[in-house]
Amino acid sequence: MTQNLVNVVMSGVFHAAILFLVAAGLQVVFGVQKIFNLACGSFYALGAYTGVSAVGWYAGTGGPPGLFLLPLALGGLLVGIVGLPVERGLLRFVYDRDETFQLLMTFALVLMMEDLIRMTWGTAPRSTAGYYLTYGQARLLGATVPVYNLVVIAASLVIAAGLGWLLTRTAFGRIMRATADNREMAEALGVDMRRVYAKVFTLGTALGTLGGALVIPATAAMSEMGIELIVEAFAVVVIGGLGSMRGAVVGALAVGVLRSVAISVYPELEMLLIYLIVIAVLILRPRGLFGASAI
Amino acid sequence: MKPRASAMWGAVLAAVILGIALLPLLAPTYYVLLMLPFMALAVVLLGVNLLFGYTGLVSFGHALFIGVGAYAGAFLTAHTTVRSLEVMLLAAAALGAAVAALVGALCVRYVKIYFGMLTLAFGMVFYTFLLKFYRLTGGDEGMRVLRPSLLGQNLDTMPKTDYLAGPYYYYSLAVLVIAALVMWRIVRSPFGLCLRTIRDNPAKAESLGVSVTRYRWYAFVISGVFGAVGGALLGPPTGNVDPTLAYWTSSGNLVFMVLLGGFANFFGPVLGAFVFIFLQDRVMSTFPYWRLVFGAILAFIVIFAPAGLMGLLSRRRPAEVVRVIPGVR
Repeated sequence: MTQNLVNVVMSGVFHAAILFLVAAGLQVVFGVQKIFNLACGSFYALGAYTGVSAVGWYAGTGGPPGLFLLPLALGGLLVGIVGLPVERGLLRFVYDRDETFQLLMTFALVLMMEDLIRMTWGTAPRSTAGYYLTYGQARLLGATVPVYNLVVIAASLVIAAGLGWLLTRTAFGRIMRATADNREMAEALGVDMRRVYAKVFTLGTALGTLGGALVIPATAAMSEMGIELIVEAFAVVVIGGLGSMRGAVVGALAVGVLRSVAISVYPELEMLLIYLIVIAVLILRPRGLFGASAI
Repeated sequence: MKPRASAMWGAVLAAVILGIALLPLLAPTYYVLLMLPFMALAVVLLGVNLLFGYTGLVSFGHALFIGVGAYAGAFLTAHTTVRSLEVMLLAAAALGAAVAALVGALCVRYVKIYFGMLTLAFGMVFYTFLLKFYRLTGGDEGMRVLRPSLLGQNLDTMPKTDYLAGPYYYYSLAVLVIAALVMWRIVRSPFGLCLRTIRDNPAKAESLGVSVTRYRWYAFVISGVFGAVGGALLGPPTGNVDPTLAYWTSSGNLVFMVLLGGFANFFGPVLGAFVFIFLQDRVMSTFPYWRLVFGAILAFIVIFAPAGLMGLLSRRRPAEVVRVIPGVR
């Protein structure tokens, strides 16, 4: 019984760790730029495929299997650089527009990226065979959990702490919060908005691509994974509260664990339960659990 | 609009309808069949634009109603002896109205991004329901739609393409024309004027005695009915309905079509559906990655032509566009 429970909860927490990274990317972009980025799921898919390629390349060089995490994470982070041309080339034209147009611009990105990924990596699912259990399994209250899952959960916690530090303790974090609060005032005080937006969007993109890369040893990369994940990330930010970083942590845990429990208890419920919670939150508390105007 | 201009547009419209009516005699069957999803989607989009263009609410879950209508029709042919398309359309309209009344009551209290998110969530609830409740809905395989009878005529012995390119084609066209006439009456009525006031200045509308949420709810329900009727028309041509009809990307494509044609014009969404369907067909036949092309088109429209194709056709910039996009020159 406890064994089952631990298994269910741990797989939920692993999923939550990945969801948090993508949702955190969504939150920083929404908080600062006020754009709900539908393409965050596409960045996640891009990171996943890049991770597959990076690990494949690493396997070819014959390096020690235990270090496969390095090229995986590095590849996932570095491909986040695409956020820069995307922001400069497309998004910057819509900052003054109605949010419908901003949403549709990110929808255009979703469409384009799905096919760009298909063009680059093909349509068949891609996976990194055999690396998932490189670090073995750990015994936890009678259940066996892949150590890789624990590594990802730890990494996600470290990143969450790092983001908290960035936002509250650094000059750039203060600028981000000031911009989120009052863009005109921040600009009047001499903040170069173009640079802030470019940096923030690249940060958000890199969080998404890293999340995608880290999920890869556990599941195969598929071209639809992006549009599927965006609705989960959407549930996370709605439950947690749009723009709130603490909300992303709580929302990711709620969605990850609830989904895992629902799948094991009554599979038909799976995402249905999550969406019903989303609707309940939107109706009873539209700002979410931790929603505020600032991040 | 000046009388001369309106006479010109009337002539254009008559020519277009005549062209569509003559198409089965002139064009290859392939293109005639491609008109069927266009006409069904055009009915849906008339409803979407009542919310988007006239009331100022952008739904990101409108594919929900396509799903409701399509599955209502499919369910009737699969589980009952009903084969009449009239009954299917009426059932779809009634179910669409019921679902929209419920969903709308919860959604119309919110505007902008929160309205979009709520409708998206409801759309995904319905999608997951279709996907997971296998026994009722057939899961990811969907349901078969048996060939409906038209106006009491059983046409089961006809070859399939003759049926679709003949009676079904004209039936769809008739539904589209009736839907457009009804919608035209709605947006030109005092009720339509109230919706536009609500869109432009909700506070003023409220102070003039217009109940903003109630009128938004009316618009939502009407829009849901149009969505369900259009959805019910989508099923018979393919003979099958599946959950992807109600997926969120399908809702996104609906908003795309409205924007492509031009949300500020009554016929913009219809033109948008036409261009979307036929361009998609052309692009797919030469290049497998139609989403890349369409994403680029959407980005272009968002940045350079927010009034859509209709905006490019008419030189006058409608007030609606200026209202939505203050930065537009």
